[in-house]
Amino acid sequence: MFLWRIMKDDRGGQILLALLALAIVLVPILNSLPTDSALHLPTYTVTLIGKYLTLALLAVAVDLVWGYLGILTLGHGAFFALGGYAMGMYLMRQIGDRGVYGNPKLPDFMVFLNWQELPWFWQGFDQFWFAAIMVMLAPGILAFVFGALAFRSRVSGVYLSIITQALTFALMLAFYRNEMGFGGNNGLTDFKDLLGFNLQSDSTRIGLFIASALALAFAYLLCRYLMQSRLGRVCVAVRDAESRARFMGYRVENVKLWIFTISAMIAGVAGALYVPQVGIINPNEFSPLNSIEVVVWVAVGGRATLYGAVVGALVINYAKSYFTAELPDVWLFALGGLFVLVTLLLPRGITGLLRSREAVS
Amino acid sequence: MNLQSTLAEVRDRDHVFSFLQPRHAPELDVGKNVLLYLEGISVSFDGFKAIDDLNLYIDDGELRCIIGPNGAGKTTMMDIITGKTRPDTGAAWFGQTINLLEMDEPAIAQAGIGRKFQKPTVFEFLTVFENLELAMAGDRAVLKILRARLNGEQRDRLDEVLELIGLKALPQMRAGSLSHGQKQWLEIGMLLMQQPRLLLVDEPVAGMTHQEMDRTAELLSSLAGRHSVVVVEHDMDFVRNLAGRDRTVTVLHQGSVLAEGRMDQVQNNRKVVEVYLGE
Repeated sequence: MFLWRIMKDDRGGQILLALLALAIVLVPILNSLPTDSALHLPTYTVTLIGKYLTLALLAVAVDLVWGYLGILTLGHGAFFALGGYAMGMYLMRQIGDRGVYGNPKLPDFMVFLNWQELPWFWQGFDQFWFAAIMVMLAPGILAFVFGALAFRSRVSGVYLSIITQALTFALMLAFYRNEMGFGGNNGLTDFKDLLGFNLQSDSTRIGLFIASALALAFAYLLCRYLMQSRLGRVCVAVRDAESRARFMGYRVENVKLWIFTISAMIAGVAGALYVPQVGIINPNEFSPLNSIEVVVWVAVGGRATLYGAVVGALVINYAKSYFTAELPDVWLFALGGLFVLVTLLLPRGITGLLRSREAVS
Repeated sequence: MNLQSTLAEVRDRDHVFSFLQPRHAPELDVGKNVLLYLEGISVSFDGFKAIDDLNLYIDDGELRCIIGPNGAGKTTMMDIITGKTRPDTGAAWFGQTINLLEMDEPAIAQAGIGRKFQKPTVFEFLTVFENLELAMAGDRAVLKILRARLNGEQRDRLDEVLELIGLKALPQMRAGSLSHGQKQWLEIGMLLMQQPRLLLVDEPVAGMTHQEMDRTAELLSSLAGRHSVVVVEHDMDFVRNLAGRDRTVTVLHQGSVLAEGRMDQVQNNRKVVEVYLGE
């Protein structure tokens, strides 16, 4: 009943959740078909889709703050990467003595750097529950502190975008340093297993796919719940006329702070699910370009719809995989061209096109 | 509080530290029948004195019209009252207990001061109904608004205001698609939902037809008594209509009060005629 109440006016969301449910059921079945069957879905493709779903989750997080609250964040990749690192640290500890140097406690790169003991911030990451908490807590705390400073001093608009960009850039530079203790520019990789399941096995990969789909569905419902409440309408009010909301008695900075923090935590979860599926996390994930690309996904899919962000992330990442494999020289032109076309012809994104069709008929 | 006094306080073991004591918002006290005190307020922007030693008192339940030529400091005065601008010197009190200069915009709004902007500012993407809903008086904490639902009484209040502002037929219309006059009315309606003790209304009839102007004057007059209303307006006919015979009109000029009194007194004031009405 509760679910129905928050979803009843959201056609796009209903379709999205139905498709996710269908994928959760269908993908394992198609994957288990014999390899010579026409409907067989290779595990490689399953993992690829799983990766797309985590990127879609990141896009939903960005849409929450950009679409509804008007904060053009160009640094959400930082929260994504932090979540990814938290998961990577757990996966590193899981390797145990199976590493190249066979040290039961220290990850390979620390042995290589001649470190004698585990740094304090690596403690606890041998426990999954601890890592799972840190996946959300680390980005959450960073977003909370950053947001408290930025929103309280009323930094907004393009200035805020620039600071978010600086935030992720600074983190990238920091994580490149070996002294930070996160593996320097090689990052964390060579993972073996997750909760005791071998990461290379088909069933683990299916499991990660299902976890990604569930996380996306759950985060979607959470965001929809937030945005269909009066808080969501206050967000839209803040986006469109911030000072009016303030003169009405709303503490704009608190609204922004909470939504921004929740969004960062969702991005962290996305990163944590992304890492075991691609098998590596390195400082490149903090690259400012990544964060900007997410904004492009959301714009292409359609702002302030949530499901538009999912559509945008899936379409562009599929296109990216396709073009980089088939026409590697064209990919960047295609991305640029797509963005120009969408901005000129479809200011409300792909889903905006579908919605206006619906409104006409 | 500076560092030194904080340290002195920490060393004093006999009292609870003042920063640990819960802060109570003082209750509004209008025992002297004056709702708003502005005393000796000055503010300058880059050397230009927008407000210069302004003194203004608004009685509880009064309707006050403020007129003045462009640049007289009317909007800056409202900015100061609502916390958007900090004056360089002077005092601003709401009733006898609430010091406006220590509060920010949301706190002042919640204390009971509502403001209507010169240019109608409504939330264009939201419907008329949602605009009024957001304006409704109530707890504004993030968790509270996340769980807030309209109850019957609030719904009745919303319908009442919708009726009053003449938008009863269009509650589901996007506010952005309303006409200019309707937006003005919607914003007045939002002020009413806020149920402020003091309404600051900046040029409410800009862009309205004569008919709409009359209705607005009627509405504002009917609000006086329960609320105090301060109207800043250029349109002399409207002010004459609104002030009637016995209401006070204040003339601002170069950031301070030039004259104050009934409309006919003010109109015949020589200084006023020179700077404003003489044209």
